[in-house]
Amino acid sequence: MPIEIKMPALSPTMEEGTLAKWLVKEGDTVSSGDIMAEIETDKATMEFEAVDEGTIVSISVPEGTEGVKVGTVIAVLAMEGEDSSAKPAAKQVEVKAAPAAPAAVQAAAAAPVAVSAVPAKQGDRVIASPLAKRIAEQKGVDLKAVKGSGPNGRIVKADVEAAQPGAAPLTASTGAAPQAAPAAVSDFGIPYEAEKLNNVRKTIARRLTEAKQTIPHIYLTVDVRLDALLKLRGDLNKALEPDGVKLSVNDLLIKALAKALIRVPKCNVSFAGDELRKFSRADISVAVAAPSGLITPIIVDAATKGVAQISSEMKALADKARDGKLMPHEYQGGTASLSNLGMFGIKQFDAVINPPQAMIMAVGAGEQRPYVVDGELTVASVMSATGSFDHRAIDGADGAQLMQAFKDLIENPLGLVA
Amino acid sequence: MADQYDVIVLGSGPGGYVAAIRCAQLGLKTAIVERENLGGICLNWGCIPTKALLRSAEIFHYMNHAKDYGLAAEKISADLNAVVARSRGVAKQLNQGVTHLMKKNKITVHMGTGTLKGAGKLEVKGEKSTETLSARHIIVATGARARDLPFAPADGNRIWTYRHAMTPKEMPSKLLVIGSGAIGIEFASFYNDMGADVTVVEMMDRIVPVEDADVSAFLEKALTKQGMKIMTGAGVESIDAGAKGVKAKIKGKDGKVVEGEYSHVIVAVGIVPNTENIGLEALGIKAERGIIAIDDFGRTNVPGVWAIGDVTPGPWLAHKASHEGVIAAESIAKELGNKDVHPHAMDRRNIPGCTYCHPQIASVGLTEAKAKEAGYEVKAGTFPFIGNGKAIALGEAEGFVKTVFDAKTGELLGAHMIGAEVTELIQGYVVGKTLETTEAELMATVFPHPTLSEMMHESVLAAYGRALHI
Repeated sequence: MPIEIKMPALSPTMEEGTLAKWLVKEGDTVSSGDIMAEIETDKATMEFEAVDEGTIVSISVPEGTEGVKVGTVIAVLAMEGEDSSAKPAAKQVEVKAAPAAPAAVQAAAAAPVAVSAVPAKQGDRVIASPLAKRIAEQKGVDLKAVKGSGPNGRIVKADVEAAQPGAAPLTASTGAAPQAAPAAVSDFGIPYEAEKLNNVRKTIARRLTEAKQTIPHIYLTVDVRLDALLKLRGDLNKALEPDGVKLSVNDLLIKALAKALIRVPKCNVSFAGDELRKFSRADISVAVAAPSGLITPIIVDAATKGVAQISSEMKALADKARDGKLMPHEYQGGTASLSNLGMFGIKQFDAVINPPQAMIMAVGAGEQRPYVVDGELTVASVMSATGSFDHRAIDGADGAQLMQAFKDLIENPLGLVA
Repeated sequence: MADQYDVIVLGSGPGGYVAAIRCAQLGLKTAIVERENLGGICLNWGCIPTKALLRSAEIFHYMNHAKDYGLAAEKISADLNAVVARSRGVAKQLNQGVTHLMKKNKITVHMGTGTLKGAGKLEVKGEKSTETLSARHIIVATGARARDLPFAPADGNRIWTYRHAMTPKEMPSKLLVIGSGAIGIEFASFYNDMGADVTVVEMMDRIVPVEDADVSAFLEKALTKQGMKIMTGAGVESIDAGAKGVKAKIKGKDGKVVEGEYSHVIVAVGIVPNTENIGLEALGIKAERGIIAIDDFGRTNVPGVWAIGDVTPGPWLAHKASHEGVIAAESIAKELGNKDVHPHAMDRRNIPGCTYCHPQIASVGLTEAKAKEAGYEVKAGTFPFIGNGKAIALGEAEGFVKTVFDAKTGELLGAHMIGAEVTELIQGYVVGKTLETTEAELMATVFPHPTLSEMMHESVLAAYGRALHI
């Protein structure tokens, strides 16, 4: 029996993805572990390995096809000894090979074989009161996207009334379509080249729009003297040179932010509708500019890790990010973010919070500035740091405490290596 | 010093003793303080003993109408003292039941008058001694008492409150009942059935004014047919109590003042919360006209002090107090670290009300008028007892069931019933409302035949023009 190869779920929340590239063609022989295709989710490109040995009989979803639902048959593999020309039922559905044609995907998804390949999960049943169901239908609210406040999470009238039509879950990280762009944006006759958005770009657009529209941001800025930190970094790098460790200022800032969050736990939180989640660990999402767009790999439990470890983890994560090879667990989560544009000479900026987190630290360039110490004008290395806080979860005074802790840790940096 | 208790409940009425049991079930060390009788007004002087009285009146009524059922009964008479004695016996039995429940749940009972003495401190003044108890949380459940008319304070002789009316020394020959809420109308109905000449005075333009207007109109007609005199839109101007009777001046709807003579007066013009002299002011607990302000879980503005039942905003009903008691107990357990309890907020739209006059009244949710006032486009259906086989067989063909729906969503907004046994039927609609039913589920429910409950089905069908038996 030929084996149907289905669109894999590369993360627990993945519902669909883009078949970015086929690395095999019809007639190729593959063995277990061979990389057959690259699949792009909304955050990363991942390699899809063969599990079985055999010959690729047919490829039913051409590369470049977007929005391929998890479970859709994308290719058929004939086992050894099987007639590789015998094509299974799936192939009878003619799939036009026009690249990226949505109609082709729909046809594939609608084929009987493909449908039976996606059995409804039991957990998919929506528990809602009769009244909630009816109001949802009238309002056009998707109950799957509504959090229930009734017994055992049952969705009741009040939940649906609070939901917006077409609402997607706040924390959805895959699948949900980006907010529709305003219909027919005029180009005013200016020549341009249209570039199709990749999934990463779409996700950035959706999440940052959601963040700015739903999170009341407050911004708190402090100037931080860097001289002590720079000296410490120099000393550490000299001492660690034989080990091949080279700490960046950013590595030390990751540690400083994590420690500050532990010192001021009121800022290490997430606003989750009717509850506030207070985290007992500081996981720092670090903004990295990858070719496909912004991505934020995470240093888990950064407050308890040594700076050398943070440095090497960060280096590995940044490399993976640039190659689009981050695994979902490496960029999903985090309790707060750090964004550093200092290397571009940016003096100060206000960052957009990365939901469901409740704070992000935006760090500008360290520069020589006139600085008053004990009433004397001197020159010092100073940087400006601006924290953006979700005011639903964090009050200004608590945010200010965090900024103060962050500043203290950098200006007295021995606390970072203790 | 460590606190003696996790929770002290002040007052052992249906709110307090239930709260104490729930606290104990959740593993909290619990005490209850009561100044008079365990079980409070409800089962000693309220709900339960009145039901015992009304049952006697009902049977007396049936005996008088034995002929209607093809039976003969002669020389029928009522022995008021025996009727009252039975009622007291019922109250006593239930009082002992609560004593047993406290013991079973290992709840310490302190008899005496409690006063809050600062955060977590409660002084209990007993007959012989005074002690000070301490707890992490205190639930105030001191209930309410009858409101007096300023010009006619109840004396138990000629002017009665519900409490005097429950243990009468003599049968009133001509009774004036002031107020036609649940308490007033139940006693009016009882004494009317027992043979007294009863007049009811109501200030509003209809009796049982919280009920649906159709229910008020039906009840007025039914009671008038039973011989009761009803004056709506009327106010009592003065009461002059003498040794042999009472002279009352009543200003009628037409503005004319009439003077009448009565043997007794029952004052049932509402209740006042028992929130004086229990130390609330010193703690700074927020209250308005004696009614303690609480959140949806029973928290007052002072941490560690909770309030439930008749000391909080209405409706002032025993089952509402009990439910608040459970919610407060679970909320306290949650605050003390129990992660397995999930208290829900009180939903006031789903609290049923029952009045045991003859015919009975039961209702839940919005009246038709209130639903329209709230901006709903309303679909209402009514089904009469006369269309129900069981009602006719029982010889109780008087009454109706009315349901009110939101035309847009099919939400059951309210249900209003008057007639035999409706107090036992209403719960069907309450369950439906709590589960957020629409008309579709009620229509799809199979109702057993032959029962009065079939009218509940028919009423829903009627709201959508589909009633089968009319």
